[in-house]
Amino acid sequence: MTLYRDEGVVLRTMRLGEADRIVTVVTRGHGKVRAVAKGVRKTKSKFGGRLEPLSHVALQCWAGRELDIVTEAVVLDAFRSVREDLSRVTKAYTLLEVVDQVAQEGHRNPRLYEMLVGALKVLDDQDVPLLVASFLLKMLAAEGSAPFLEACVSCGSAGPLVAFDQVEGGALCASCRRGRSVSPEGLALLRRILGGGLSSALLEPAGPLADEVTELAAEAMEAHLDRRLRSVRSNPAG
Amino acid sequence: MYTAPLQALIDELGRLPGVGPKSAQRMAFHLLKVAPEDALRLTEAITAVKERTTLCPVCFNVAEGDLCDMCADTRRDPSLVCVVEDPRDIVAVEKTQEFRGCYHVLHGALNPIEGIGPDQLRVRELLTRLDGDAITEVILCTNPNLEGEATAMYLARLLRPLGVRITRIASGLPVGGDLEYADELTLGRALEGRRDVEA
Ligand SMILES: [Zn+2]
Ligand SMILES: [Zn+2]
Repeated sequence: MTLYRDEGVVLRTMRLGEADRIVTVVTRGHGKVRAVAKGVRKTKSKFGGRLEPLSHVALQCWAGRELDIVTEAVVLDAFRSVREDLSRVTKAYTLLEVVDQVAQEGHRNPRLYEMLVGALKVLDDQDVPLLVASFLLKMLAAEGSAPFLEACVSCGSAGPLVAFDQVEGGALCASCRRGRSVSPEGLALLRRILGGGLSSALLEPAGPLADEVTELAAEAMEAHLDRRLRSVRSNPAG
Repeated sequence: MYTAPLQALIDELGRLPGVGPKSAQRMAFHLLKVAPEDALRLTEAITAVKERTTLCPVCFNVAEGDLCDMCADTRRDPSLVCVVEDPRDIVAVEKTQEFRGCYHVLHGALNPIEGIGPDQLRVRELLTRLDGDAITEVILCTNPNLEGEATAMYLARLLRPLGVRITRIASGLPVGGDLEYADELTLGRALEGRRDVEA
């Protein structure tokens, strides 16, 4: 077995046996890693709360055939403000769920990792209403699946665009309309997020517009993953 | 490889939490060797637990018959309710001998990624209880991990308008532990929860 060091964010944990856990971590250099943290559920474990979901950690692991074994964990950021706020922790859950779906074992994806750490830092700083929507849309763009919003995705007409359909993969004009309707403000905000206006979009207040864009982004991600996002659908903060 | 009944036993044991195929095999061969009356006692215990154990209609702790031992005990203070995730947590709290109130078992914690929301837990039942009984304090005793904290925050927000006192168990360092090995989150909360020392 070989020993390796990396940085990562704990996505989820699963009980194993009496006192252990399997932790799923998205790392900078090793893609998604599943590793056993021995004794972590014991009160006096040397890992303590370091390997809780959401923790940004520096890890040392033995590489195993199926599962690695964590030998050391140092917290880089526990994102405590996120943890201690229901609205923010709910948003964080969605980020973790999506990254868990997109990241693959054995495939390094430093950009995905950086995006997650960056988004969690923003969230730790303040509860940004459009954080989840922006993250999902930027991730879709990184995956080459950003929705097409510049013209009608079906006929190419310049608009006005009134609908949005996941199957078509973008916005639609009145004569091609299918899917769900989208407000002009919602469409403008989507364009801003995807088109270099992210930092200003993150300043948008909570409200119906933010909700519309978040719902749209979640649906687009669900269509891309071909899977429901449970954390969006069972939102306890909502 | 094995006889059908033996294989069936291995398969069943292998479904138990924390039991891998190797352990299941070891247990099955052990049961094969023990005296018939010992094996029978095990089957009887399993049958009895399935037939006679119910959930307490008040607090959802495991019970035999109607009310659980905690709710049936008239010496306990019904105005104090300790909310836990699992019936096993009641055993842990009871061991402290520090608590003389009643309990409420949620049967889990919020976990949006696993699709566990408030509707999957005994949350509505807790609300109903607060509506009727003379409860003055609710102690949120969920696990100090991400799911447990989220559950406590959710319940605190839900229960606040009802006007009862809502408390959360303190988070801190394990007795007998070493400060230098404490993780930042635990140590940070322990510092925050510091209290005056009477000299
Ligand atoms: Zn069109
Ligand atoms: Zn009871």
